[in-house]
Amino acid sequence: MSSNNDNSSKFSSTRRKLLMGMATLPAVPLLANTGIFSTPAFAQAPATSAVNTTGLAVTDTEVTVGILHSVTGTMAISETGSVQAEKLAIEQINAMGGVLGRKIKFIQEDGASDWPTFAEKAKKLLVNDKVAAIMGCWTSASRKAVLPVVEQYNGMLYYPTFYEGLEQSKNVIYTGQEATQQILAGLDWVNKTKGAKSFYLIGSDYIWPRTSMKIARKHIENKLAGKVVGEDYFPLGHTQFNSVINKFKLTKPDVIYAAVVGGSNVAFYKQLKAAGIDLSKQTLLTISVTEDEIDGIGGENFVNAYSCMKYFQSLDNPNNKDFVAAFKKMWGEKTVIGDVTQAAYLGPWLWKMTVEKAGSFDIDKIAEASAGIEFTKAPEGYVKIHPNHHLWSKTRVGQAQPDGQFKVVFETPELIEPDPFPKGYQ
Amino acid sequence: MSKSSSRTFFLRPQDIIGIVVLAFILVVVLPLTLDNFRLQFVGKYLTYAFVALGLVLCWGYAGILSLGQGVFFGLGGYCMAMFLKLESSSPENTKIQTTPGIPDFMDWNQITSLPWFWEPFRSFGFTTIAVVLVPAFFALVLGYAMFKRRVGGVYFAIITQALAAIMTILIIGQQGYTGGINGITDLRSLHGWDIRTDSAKTILYFVCVALLIACILLAFYVKSSKLGRILVAMRDKEDRVRFSGYDVSSFKIFVFCLAASLSAVGGAMFTLQVGFMSPSFVGIVPSIEMVIYTAVGGRLSILGAIYGTLVVNWAKTSFSESFPELWLFGLGGLFIAVVLIFPNGIAGLWQSYIAPHLGPLFGGSAKRSATPPVPPSSGTTAPAAAE
Amino acid sequence: MFSEYSLSELSSIFLMQGFAGLILFSVFVLMALGLAIIFGQMGVINMAHGEFMILGAYVTYFTSQLFLHYIPALFGIYFFIAMILAFFASGALGMAVEWLMIRRLYKRPLDTLLATWGLSLILQQVYRSVFGPREVGVELPSWMMGSLPVTEVVEVQINGLFVMGLTIAITVAVALLMYKSAWGKQVRAVVQNRVMAGAVGINTEKIDRYTFGLGCGIAGVAGSAFTMIGSTGPTSGQLYIVDTFLVVVFGGAQSLLGTIASAFTISQAQSTMEFFLSGSMAKVLTLLGVVIILMLRPQGLFVIKVRR
Repeated sequence: MSSNNDNSSKFSSTRRKLLMGMATLPAVPLLANTGIFSTPAFAQAPATSAVNTTGLAVTDTEVTVGILHSVTGTMAISETGSVQAEKLAIEQINAMGGVLGRKIKFIQEDGASDWPTFAEKAKKLLVNDKVAAIMGCWTSASRKAVLPVVEQYNGMLYYPTFYEGLEQSKNVIYTGQEATQQILAGLDWVNKTKGAKSFYLIGSDYIWPRTSMKIARKHIENKLAGKVVGEDYFPLGHTQFNSVINKFKLTKPDVIYAAVVGGSNVAFYKQLKAAGIDLSKQTLLTISVTEDEIDGIGGENFVNAYSCMKYFQSLDNPNNKDFVAAFKKMWGEKTVIGDVTQAAYLGPWLWKMTVEKAGSFDIDKIAEASAGIEFTKAPEGYVKIHPNHHLWSKTRVGQAQPDGQFKVVFETPELIEPDPFPKGYQ
Repeated sequence: MSKSSSRTFFLRPQDIIGIVVLAFILVVVLPLTLDNFRLQFVGKYLTYAFVALGLVLCWGYAGILSLGQGVFFGLGGYCMAMFLKLESSSPENTKIQTTPGIPDFMDWNQITSLPWFWEPFRSFGFTTIAVVLVPAFFALVLGYAMFKRRVGGVYFAIITQALAAIMTILIIGQQGYTGGINGITDLRSLHGWDIRTDSAKTILYFVCVALLIACILLAFYVKSSKLGRILVAMRDKEDRVRFSGYDVSSFKIFVFCLAASLSAVGGAMFTLQVGFMSPSFVGIVPSIEMVIYTAVGGRLSILGAIYGTLVVNWAKTSFSESFPELWLFGLGGLFIAVVLIFPNGIAGLWQSYIAPHLGPLFGGSAKRSATPPVPPSSGTTAPAAAE
Repeated sequence: MFSEYSLSELSSIFLMQGFAGLILFSVFVLMALGLAIIFGQMGVINMAHGEFMILGAYVTYFTSQLFLHYIPALFGIYFFIAMILAFFASGALGMAVEWLMIRRLYKRPLDTLLATWGLSLILQQVYRSVFGPREVGVELPSWMMGSLPVTEVVEVQINGLFVMGLTIAITVAVALLMYKSAWGKQVRAVVQNRVMAGAVGINTEKIDRYTFGLGCGIAGVAGSAFTMIGSTGPTSGQLYIVDTFLVVVFGGAQSLLGTIASAFTISQAQSTMEFFLSGSMAKVLTLLGVVIILMLRPQGLFVIKVRR
């Protein structure tokens, strides 16, 4: 077992000289920043000892990152898209010359939908393989299990899923939306355009839906002067929703606000439809269904429901058109791209830009350099990393179409600032 | 040489050799040949071995198949996790929270004061006692309800499954009190001693080995005592034991509680070594996996349980690194193979093929070392009719 | 909470809730019937029962795709064909499994538990490798969707009616088979006393095989019906297994009538509690209730006294 700091004491005088040379390096990527897709201005990669002083897996021609998602188990369904997106990003970056002149090599580990395994594999990636970054995790449980590991071994995790917030770490960049970004704008929209005053909250029973509904309830009751007419949670994997559907019919809410997760989604929407609830008459707004989930639910069962995300595959901008085309070329014409998949795609790009801004792969340096990184070629349009390591992004509401895609009906005019510890909602 | 009358010490010579060999492997061979990273894996596997050990006693010897040992593993683990979490949630560590001094997951569930049942876990003494007694108490209640009414075999197994499912749903649902599906994470120190450093983990590894050896000795003692022989008799022909005047249900309750406490000790060591505890160790799937460790090792062999645990877990880690999809085929196949082909597990294979060549010290004589045939588990019949 | 509603509204609510409970009841019966035959009659614990159900679901998916692409005109009736195919597919797999594995384990029920658990892991991985880890959505013909309005407030779901009708049909068929046919008599003879049944000339091995196959076939049909209300993925079978076993054990494993009674009790209890409490709590309380009752009366609701 080698320690992480072998190199630090041995090259003091050489290192000082190199450091002075390094000071000029950040200028170069900044100059190249205006045309991020053009080949870098410099042809020669900076010396390894300059860009890697903490013993990461960096050579003169390669840098290694880790991909940590579930390939097996119940979460494999959801995490497949993230893996595909990350591999696509890495391939594109390599085609452009890599990061600091080095090609990205990745080691993929399987979290097996088991949080302790995630922690174990994260440790392996950081301690054994010394990866320069980890693109990984999906559920909050996996992230919570991995968080102490990346903090203890000083790694950098790029986490793509929209989640409940209430967390912030120097060692994590959260490329998905946190709860206030995802929830508040959508609730405001449905209140304004549909005059919604009464809400029925339903979710799966674990931290993300419960925390999200707490925030939603506070917003509904305090800001929108609305009423929550019911709140129900069902265990993960639950498949019988007829009772709660009867409650919907009874209480007749203006909006059903849903955060149902995983396999339960399929049962829920099928049973909704079978019970005769017509989503073109009964408004349903969800924060947990993307194009990936519709694949399993069936487009005809979900049509006319609204989903609140920051990205939809149908977004009409040149970045997204290129992205969708490249994704389908690599992974098949029939693949769909959901919000988390796109957020995962952002991970390697943001990492590349941060490394180039910092001029180094060292985690401490890229942690510091992250704030302010802007990605203008993001498929969702534009994102910027906030000092709290979350992303400024827009929120959109999409209406589900029969073919499983969304029609964007609303987009926040401005980027929403991420606020993982919202005052007044805690 | 007859076994019972002339043996005053509870360990036969071959048992002593077996224990010494195991201890040698765990204390000398593995730490020298494996790096810290892999050694910590072994430490984790050894915590599962406690559960397997308990199962050898209650399943192999008493015929009680419990598919819910994860519940006890989890109870022990959560007790220890509660203690460690309280320690790492001191007011200075948690000053960014709305309510400092309570665990982070309580804070983000908007709980403002520590629930009453968390308070006693500030004391290490209470925690260690709780680790052993709380699961034993649950086992006592469950065992009393079931065994007094002569529910055994299959029905008992299914009920333990249901309990594992209930416990999982409860833990996940009550996330304010238990950390929910994330479990209790980010455990840092034990009485100020940082348990996350490599040196701490190495020390914990040796503590775990020592505890395991102690439990193995306890298991041998139970097995060779009169209690152990009654258990074997119960497994084979329960009615005759009952007719001979013994209170069968009391013995079953005892061994079930013992297995529960052993599993809980394993759970507590797990929390200490790995640094968190979550409901993914409590449910049906992990509980059945723990049974397979025992089955692979040989459900009648105390030492076999340890080896079985190590082998299966090592296979799992290696396979899931290289061929994750193949692993499930392998595990499923292992279940089937162990049942159909080598029902006495590795220990059985050892006894049948290797031990005869090693001389009488290792139990070479065929008669002495003959493993009893796989017992026909009582339990097909409805309890009212036969048991 | 009741004060806000008028009497007619309340009665409509209870009617709809009762109907929801009936649908849940049908679901449980479908799940448990196949298992009751295998466990109750043969004493074999099949932990892979969920996977046999999912096989039926996948066969339905496959059939729906086939019809969609090759015979779209007949799409409306594909479901019936799919169910028949599901029955035979799961039944055939069941018979193969019995021949390969189960027949060696009749005297060792706990071992069949372990072995069939291993089988369920293998089947899950097979589904994952063949159909992919994502869940597949089965498209339903349009006549099966939506609901019939009975009164202004009360509506009954068509697929709920379908499931209930299916359940009744299958239960009646099984009852007739078991109690009125010659084959059923042979099955009951083997269950009561295998040795004597063999002595009077019954081919016990063949009976076992067909019984196991029948139980698995029913599971396949259940899985096919569930594509209407649930998801179909490699691990979906796991969602049903604990509930199914509890229903069977609670009813008294050897009695089909007991299975039905137990399914009714558990489903009504769960759906009523779901209405008043949250979904998780209802599930926990139902499970706890069943477990406690089982502890008090371990032989279940109905018991057949058999001399062994």
